[in-house]
Amino acid sequence: MDFNDSPEEAAYRAEARKWLEANAPKKAVGGDDLEGGTKDTMPASKAWQAKKAAAGYAQITWPKAWGGPGGTPIQQVIFNAEEAKHPVPPNPFAIGLGMCVPTVMAFADEATKKRFVGPALRGEEIWCQLFSEPSGGSDVAAARTKAVRADDGSGDWIISGQKVWTTGAQFSNFGIVVVRTDPDVPKHKGMTMFWVDMGDPGIEVRPIHQMSGGSGFNEVFFTNVRVPDSQRLGAVGDGWKVSLVTLMNERLAVGGSSGAGWAEFMEAARGLTGLDGGPALKDQALREKIADWYVQAEGLKHTRNRTMTALSRGQTPGPESSIGKVVAATQMQDLANTAVEMLDQFGIINDPALSPLKGGFHASLMSAPGLRIAGGTDEILKNIIAERVLGLPGDIRVDKDVAFKDLPTGR
Amino acid sequence: MNFDFSEDQKFLKNEARKFLEANCPTSRVRKVLDANSSQEGATAYDEALWKAVAGQGWLGAAIPEAYGGLGLGHIELCAIAEELGRVVAPIPFASTVYFLAEALMLAGSDAQKAALLPKIAAGEVIGCVATSEGPGVLAASAIQASVSGGRLSGIKLPVTDGDIATHALVLAKENGQPGLFLVDLSAGVTRESLKTLDPTRDAARLTFDGAAAERLGGAGEGLSLLEQVTDRAAVLLAFEQCGGADRALEMAKAYALERYAFGRVIASYQAIKHKLADMYVKNELARSNAYYGAWALNTNAPELPVAASAARIAASEAFWFAAKENIQTHGGIGFTWEVDAHLYYRRSRQLSLVAGAPRVWKERLVSHLERRNAA
Repeated sequence: MDFNDSPEEAAYRAEARKWLEANAPKKAVGGDDLEGGTKDTMPASKAWQAKKAAAGYAQITWPKAWGGPGGTPIQQVIFNAEEAKHPVPPNPFAIGLGMCVPTVMAFADEATKKRFVGPALRGEEIWCQLFSEPSGGSDVAAARTKAVRADDGSGDWIISGQKVWTTGAQFSNFGIVVVRTDPDVPKHKGMTMFWVDMGDPGIEVRPIHQMSGGSGFNEVFFTNVRVPDSQRLGAVGDGWKVSLVTLMNERLAVGGSSGAGWAEFMEAARGLTGLDGGPALKDQALREKIADWYVQAEGLKHTRNRTMTALSRGQTPGPESSIGKVVAATQMQDLANTAVEMLDQFGIINDPALSPLKGGFHASLMSAPGLRIAGGTDEILKNIIAERVLGLPGDIRVDKDVAFKDLPTGR
Repeated sequence: MNFDFSEDQKFLKNEARKFLEANCPTSRVRKVLDANSSQEGATAYDEALWKAVAGQGWLGAAIPEAYGGLGLGHIELCAIAEELGRVVAPIPFASTVYFLAEALMLAGSDAQKAALLPKIAAGEVIGCVATSEGPGVLAASAIQASVSGGRLSGIKLPVTDGDIATHALVLAKENGQPGLFLVDLSAGVTRESLKTLDPTRDAARLTFDGAAAERLGGAGEGLSLLEQVTDRAAVLLAFEQCGGADRALEMAKAYALERYAFGRVIASYQAIKHKLADMYVKNELARSNAYYGAWALNTNAPELPVAASAARIAASEAFWFAAKENIQTHGGIGFTWEVDAHLYYRRSRQLSLVAGAPRVWKERLVSHLERRNAA
């Protein structure tokens, strides 16, 4: 165990630090990183990504064959830690680079890979992941959006249906979409994956007005969208297997906690009146909570670091990395609510001009329900830990051997 | 950077596990438990296991070779601690190695080190820590025990391993200032066994009446020295707690996979699956904090007080949760004396309280963070 840099790592850190000092933005552009930013922050995000790519700091572990610098997982940890010290813009590229493009790289032909990987790396093109549907969020294999062969003998596919909760669809150039190609077989067997151009006729993106007020997520409607067979990823009927590759990468892509943390809470508590008229930071109940949050945050940080060590030893990190979001999302909600309650009656006010941290705690409070659901609900993630880490039995599935078209659907 | 045990350390850990599976099954632990729980005479510890552990060299794992130890380092000691925690070993390892040996290495004179460290490594000296004098959080102002002219008087309870220790670390006042004293227990002390939550570990009331006491460190440095020693012990105790918590989760999992209710194994119900997932999450957070603590301990990093606090808080929480929910997963059978679940429930309490309760450590952690953030 050595939490210090080796001489090579120290040199890499020094170099990264120097580069960031010279190149990182000095002023934040705003925008909620949880939602990947807004159209106002998008130019800054793209510019920053392009700079990083040119300097070899984007997707540090990507092999040279993909246009990456072929660095180590530890170098990525080092760069992330240093980058976090700068007010860099929101990152709308994480899903594309972490999940969609790796899926394309695993299943597409050489020409397709060559076409997409560079622009994605440089932030010129953004990708979204079209999995969830109104009929199935946790149950991805319940997808009803269908693709049928065109009747003109071209081999093209015609996609119709609706996706929902698609992060960043309104900014995306491309997406990967999982669709139903055979409703006569059980649900996991009748799906196929494609990549699509979000500009194609028949694709309509409608941002969702979230309870947080933001619109990071979207509904995406497909109306007779024609897609050539060359855009298929994996075999016909293998969509579920392909989506598992995507979701496997999700666990590595969905990383750190977001929103206000224990340090911001502590700072706020220092300046507020507590129970006995002194600073709220002296309230014992709040101090115990700060300790708990700190311990959780540190535990998550070092758990991520342990994953990186496993990666750098050539081991495959398993679904144990699923613990990150369960802990971070629950903590975000608890911390934000405790901060708001610490304000007492004043906590009712949600105004960046009046509320502490420019309304940061209030923003976290209103975003937290989404974080507990997006990318796998708390409950689904606990199932994943129970089944894939601990080896407990899967839930009883009444839909396993039934043809998709015969499944009861409810609303 | 490297956030895991090395291959050599993993080998050592694996060997320790094999050794303890052979030499410390719960049937051995229960001999101490049953003797201490019955009306007839008490068995304070498993002496044969203690000798066997000494034979493995573990007592001196972190003691320099010059003083008869293996001179390995604290990461190796952490690996051993985790394995001892897994099997709820009924021996005075923590008192002797995490407290007495650490205190001597930190603040002992050359003569004290030369006299005691080799004997600790050989299993001939057993240590104990005597700080508490009554219920409630330890407060310097309330300490009654006092040293005058090198002689200690006063009453300490509970003192873990107080019945069997040859030497004690005692917090006492000298000229009105708290000091940490090394006390030879061969004379000037009366010992009375105490009934405890965890009878697999010994505890006693020690009444000192003119026992010979040598101060460790400078005058008035007792509290800060005790804090430094306890920070070091906290990391090692956290590994014992991680070992116990992992074992409790394994027991719960094994039982849930073989117990049927309503026509299927109870491990197939989400109520149980999510409970075990919660245990896993807490255990992993504890392990990650403990690893950071191990590094800080091994390198004497300035982060040690914060890292040790975090390790102790996370490990106390994880072991408590795993121990109580292991019983719950077992249902009625888990509430019987015959099933081992209560050994872990008991040990989780012993380990959480022995070096200060979690709320004391939470306050300590936040005080450190306050100072760090103000600076």
